Amino acid sequence: MSTESIAWPAPEAAPRPLVDALHEWVSTVDHKRLGILYIVYALVFLVIGGVEATIMRIQLIRPHNDFVSPQVFNQMFTMHGTTMIFFVAMPVVFGFANYLVPLMIGARDMAFPRLNAFSFWMTAFGGLLLYYSFIGGDGLYGAGNAPDVGWFAYAPLTAQTFSPGHSTDFWTLSLLVSGIGSVGTAINIIATILCMRCPGMTLGRMPLLAWLNLTMAALVILAVSPLTAAQVMLLIDRYLGAHFFDTQAGGSAVIWMHFFWVFGHPEVYVLVIPAFAFASEIIPVFSRKAIFGYPVMVAATVSIAFIGMSVWAHHMFTVGMSSAANTFFVLSTMAIAVPTGIKIFNWLATMWGGQIHFKTPMLFCVAFLFQFLIAGLTGVMMSVAPFDWQLGNSYFVIAHFHYVIVGGILFTLFGAFYYWFPKMSGKMYDEPLGKLHFWLFFIGFHLTFDFMHVPGILGMPRRIYTYEPGRGWDIWNLIVSIGVFFQAAGVLVFVFNLLRSYFRGEIAGSDPWDAWTLEWSTASPPPSYNFATIPEVKSRRPLWDLKHPEDPDWHYE
Amino acid sequence: MSATSIPMHGRQTGWSLPDRGTVGMYCLIAAESAIFTIFVVAYIFYIGKSVSGPQPKDVLHVPIFYTVCLLSSSLTIHFAVRGLRNGSKGAFGLWWLLTIVLGAIFLGGTAAEWRHLIYDEGLTLQTNLFGTTYYSLVGLHAFHVTVGLLALATVSIFTLLGYVKQEHAERTEVLSLYWHFVDVVWVVVFTVVYIIGR
Repeated sequence: MSTESIAWPAPEAAPRPLVDALHEWVSTVDHKRLGILYIVYALVFLVIGGVEATIMRIQLIRPHNDFVSPQVFNQMFTMHGTTMIFFVAMPVVFGFANYLVPLMIGARDMAFPRLNAFSFWMTAFGGLLLYYSFIGGDGLYGAGNAPDVGWFAYAPLTAQTFSPGHSTDFWTLSLLVSGIGSVGTAINIIATILCMRCPGMTLGRMPLLAWLNLTMAALVILAVSPLTAAQVMLLIDRYLGAHFFDTQAGGSAVIWMHFFWVFGHPEVYVLVIPAFAFASEIIPVFSRKAIFGYPVMVAATVSIAFIGMSVWAHHMFTVGMSSAANTFFVLSTMAIAVPTGIKIFNWLATMWGGQIHFKTPMLFCVAFLFQFLIAGLTGVMMSVAPFDWQLGNSYFVIAHFHYVIVGGILFTLFGAFYYWFPKMSGKMYDEPLGKLHFWLFFIGFHLTFDFMHVPGILGMPRRIYTYEPGRGWDIWNLIVSIGVFFQAAGVLVFVFNLLRSYFRGEIAGSDPWDAWTLEWSTASPPPSYNFATIPEVKSRRPLWDLKHPEDPDWHYE
Repeated sequence: MSATSIPMHGRQTGWSLPDRGTVGMYCLIAAESAIFTIFVVAYIFYIGKSVSGPQPKDVLHVPIFYTVCLLSSSLTIHFAVRGLRNGSKGAFGLWWLLTIVLGAIFLGGTAAEWRHLIYDEGLTLQTNLFGTTYYSLVGLHAFHVTVGLLALATVSIFTLLGYVKQEHAERTEVLSLYWHFVDVVWVVVFTVVYIIGR
């Protein structure tokens, strides 16, 4: 096994013209560059989506505020949701998968490099299309009208009658276009993992990150395609005068909800399974122990994917379904807590008895463990249909799913950023700044989303642009809004840290964490061909075997 | 360092993995199946829910001949790929061309049916829920047949120019997977539209 990094010849002294460098990035088919493009693109939209959230929270900071008009508020919550799911979370997940999967399985690139570039640019143009609506989309309130139908765009609000102009079309088309990109990338990830593994890398020896991304890609194929189909139906309705969701011609508004949530719920697992993947790589390295219960982790992930395909209508308890349907979706939703709980115990067991190093990536992952547990517990509460009838469409729901997406997914994502930043840039990030980011964001997160549960229980519905004073909601909304500023400060520290470390950070070396997976065996940043010779592996921790030839893992596996 | 030879093939370890083209195509087929599933569910959900006529039983005729054409094209493309694998480029070209002809006949059948429905029966996408779901589902399938025909025709052009050789049998087989998928979807669409829906 030869995995030592090779010396890349020193770059020519003369700096290349900017146009050449840009041309290289635009025309690249290299999985690492496309991964970074995905990630940077997602970061830009994270800031945009964050600004939209901040605008909403400023509007709600006190009763009868008039920071923005109701019309703008509607656009803000629609754009915030759509942006964060489709143009932040999905691209960042795909970016990390693109960058890491080939490196971790010992491949030189993805299975289809040009499809990879195509998929990225489809996603990128989808986002631009959505945001062009702020300038060019005409709607109910004239030109410059962003979509304002909510991120799940229930019928019949999206019908031509109620959404005149083109703002809804921008929403539909941007999701259609980026959906094609998502499916392309998912196909690529599956083909890469199944067909490009280095010798010895059997499915049972793959890093958990590869397994979890394989599951995620399968879910994307099965979940995003229905959304594409539903968007095509909506377009046929709006442009060709068909009646899919037209109740006056016998069509059904509820079937749109089913079609949307058949996508919408598995989408949560599309996002959270890669977050699990990051935790499954980071926690063992910073606990100095191999992952606990590898086969069980894989089995739990796959069963989460299977069960996750059959829970969608728990988003629709308040719509009024039959008792049989309600019962089914209550039970399937509760069942999904079992494999998720298994994973949490496995991560805890990995840490148990380990030498825990609380570096920034580990801090984020430990916070993730506890926050995701709470998010899961409120999820079990909401899975009980009568409880959901009481609190559906309230701020309790908002608090619950932000606990999942921010407290679970975004926290591990930040951990992943810090963990793999040395690999991607070749530079070390600044540890004190990383810790500052963690604590600012941690405090902000808990101020915002812990206290957001309360106005929900007190009856505050989601998507209202203002509220009456004296209902007991005022103080809670104030605290929630204050938390946003801590989070924003944390993200600023994060971006500053990335930029400063990229230009002025210490050289990281190929393996700063003393880690065990193949990406740390090559240079930082890796050369375009990844590995000079394709490695051969004998166990799940090939670098452990290399560093400890006297006690290799394959003696035990 | 740049002279490092890279043994991509012929490792002695007996390490073999599935073909990426085949895996990619199966994934694409899975994604397309999910799209068709949604359209089929919509069709079934809306059977008998149209508030005005015409109804399926009044206007639809079972397209047996065209169905036979499309389903036989699965057989002809199979023979074409087998021919190429055995090194017979002539057999490949002929069977492949026959596949295209059969697919084109099927598409012509769909066109004739739509013409009849639109001009003689007055059924359009806007008429009622039957029109909406019928044209969408059958149209989605016809769109996939069209894409398949374009791809098949591209291969035919390459064949005529002499570029297709025995070693390309794997690739033509990947394309044939897509064509088989289009045929299987037609079996579902046929059952739903012309048997259950009528």
